[in-house]
Amino acid sequence: MDLNTVESVQDALQSERYVSERSLATAIYLSLKLPKPLLLEGEAGVGKTEVAKTLATIMDTDLIRLQCYEGLDVSHAVYEWNYPRQMLAIRVMEDRDLSDRQAMEQIFSSDYLIERPLLQAVRAKGKPPVLLIDEIDRADEEFEAFLLELLSDFQVTIPELGTIKAEYPPIVIITSNRTRELHDALKRRCLYHWIDYPDVQKELDIITQKIEGISERLALQVATFIHELRREDLYKLPGVAETLDWASALLALNTTELNEEMAEATLGAILKHQEDVHEVRTKKLGELVSTASASSPGTSDN
Amino acid sequence: MARTEQFVNRAVRFGRRLRRAGVNVTSGQVMDFVQSVEHIDIGNRDIFREAGRACFVTTKEEVPVFDRVFESFWRGKAEYADDPMADPGDDTQPGMDGDSELDADGGEEGDESSDESGTQKTKSRTEMIESQEVDGDGEEEEGDADDVLSFSSSEVLREKDFADLTDSEMEQTRRFMEQLEWSIGKRRSRRKVSARKGRFWDARKTMRKSLQTGGVPINISRRKLKDKPRQLVVICDVSGSMDRYSRILLQFVYAIEKGMANVESFVFGTRLTRITRLLRNRSIDSAMERVAEQVHDWSGGTRIGQSLQVFNTNWARRVLRNGAVVLVISDGWDRGDPDLLGQEMARLQRSSYRMIWLNPLLGSPRYEPLTRGMQAAIPFIDDFMPVHNLASLEALAEHLGNIDEYRPVRRQNPLDLSPPKPRVA
Repeated sequence: MDLNTVESVQDALQSERYVSERSLATAIYLSLKLPKPLLLEGEAGVGKTEVAKTLATIMDTDLIRLQCYEGLDVSHAVYEWNYPRQMLAIRVMEDRDLSDRQAMEQIFSSDYLIERPLLQAVRAKGKPPVLLIDEIDRADEEFEAFLLELLSDFQVTIPELGTIKAEYPPIVIITSNRTRELHDALKRRCLYHWIDYPDVQKELDIITQKIEGISERLALQVATFIHELRREDLYKLPGVAETLDWASALLALNTTELNEEMAEATLGAILKHQEDVHEVRTKKLGELVSTASASSPGTSDN
Repeated sequence: MARTEQFVNRAVRFGRRLRRAGVNVTSGQVMDFVQSVEHIDIGNRDIFREAGRACFVTTKEEVPVFDRVFESFWRGKAEYADDPMADPGDDTQPGMDGDSELDADGGEEGDESSDESGTQKTKSRTEMIESQEVDGDGEEEEGDADDVLSFSSSEVLREKDFADLTDSEMEQTRRFMEQLEWSIGKRRSRRKVSARKGRFWDARKTMRKSLQTGGVPINISRRKLKDKPRQLVVICDVSGSMDRYSRILLQFVYAIEKGMANVESFVFGTRLTRITRLLRNRSIDSAMERVAEQVHDWSGGTRIGQSLQVFNTNWARRVLRNGAVVLVISDGWDRGDPDLLGQEMARLQRSSYRMIWLNPLLGSPRYEPLTRGMQAAIPFIDDFMPVHNLASLEALAEHLGNIDEYRPVRRQNPLDLSPPKPRVA
């Protein structure tokens, strides 16, 4: 697909049922053009990871995903040697009288190399893949520092094999939930975009795109309810992922019209903190449901 | 302010003494000296001497003269510190002998030989002892507590309540805080590093080494989990009721921010303000200035519950990672809703590894935490500690260093009103 304008990026995302703000489309467009890694931050469940997945589909290329966690190191992120095989090979070679040098060359060759996501991304042939470095805020500073080198040169050095440089730099999407501040050095190498909660209309679009068979009416009620809920003083506001879960849940229960009883029964799909559930259930639920029920297609955007 | 009158006087006398010994001292230089002392570690005699040398000496020839005068003026450690025995004597000496005499002598003083100054000194000594006997002991204590150049931090100061400190004692306390070693208990991270004895084997290294022994892994290389310092989050009350303490406590926050790796700091009165960035990489004075500019509800009312709620919703997830230790510094006078405070404290305790509440009032033996706010918070405090003098800070420093792998025993009773008593450490 041709991605030569911001509009074409937005349309392409739309065609893959990813409803995006124009600003996000612009950020993606620029990260493809420059090319520079794109750092996406936002609350949990606003569709950060989904951007990478959709982009891979649009560009018809591989998605290589690296889930970050504390203590993530080179052997899990870049490469590892296959030690058991190497040891077996050494045993076999003993019988064959190879010189040390030959033996070394053999056991430290590509055959014995286990590629981890970052090496896969660098060694990819053909189209540049989409490399998703997910939830980088979960990794520690040591890994972040390591990443700096990779992101500036897209090359990996394996002492026994030499330096491997990417034929085409991969399209890099980095996501963060902002559970900690990322280092400025990393931020400087990336384009940055903050994904916010969508407005009612956008959310309505997302629900109708993603949930098959939902009525326009229920979708609007769900979108309005969630939109109003996000104005409340809660510990964790529901993300888009929660909205979709909830809509599916309501649909699975054959709901056609949002009512208080149904909302109360399914509240666990959108609120995940006991205090929040308690607060909404005892004080706000009736009001929220009646606002949601009152919404009709004409008045959707408050 | 660092300079007490006494120190200024003493510096002026020192300058005069130098002038008599032939060093060309201007009053500007004396002022420089007074100012520079604010920036150095006066506990270190060599640094102190070098600072003086940098201020007063202008040619190489003056160096030995300066050193000699320095040695005799600021004598032994205790004496050059704050020796009320010697100094009133030194002080009276020019005064008693008459300033007029000094002026008259002015011309020849430059050429004064060391022998002469020696005799003069002996003379002044005798006079000094006499005057000392007249003055009695009361003055001695006074001088001791009030003088900036008190080099050894006295027991009295260690035990003195922050609220009662004079300006110069405040200064000493500040220096002491900066010298205090801050370290915090380590947590075990998930990152592995090489170690001779570790729980995990290092496949890569073992394999590489085994090639030297024909592919037989004789020496197994090992790795262990790396220890990392815990995150420390300080939330300090700067409302009106804490007025007497907030300045010194902020300096304390500054000191730990400087002394430790991962510190996030917040202050609150009616609103919560993050001050981490305001404190970082700055001198204490400019840091304090910036905090004062940014924090608007300085010395106003207190809404602890609301402030903690803001912390819990906006900051907790960003700064309370990986077993953070939370220090709340407040006297517990709360004008807000105690139920809210209890609820937010419960939440804060759940998301922290150790919840420490520092209350300056706890230092008083008569204090009982009876305020509604304190009552609401107490069930959710792991360690309830005083923070009213230097000794309590030392205790805190030790406590932080000893935070270990084991969580304190906690019971979840969000709505229960018969909570477990916190440990008073």
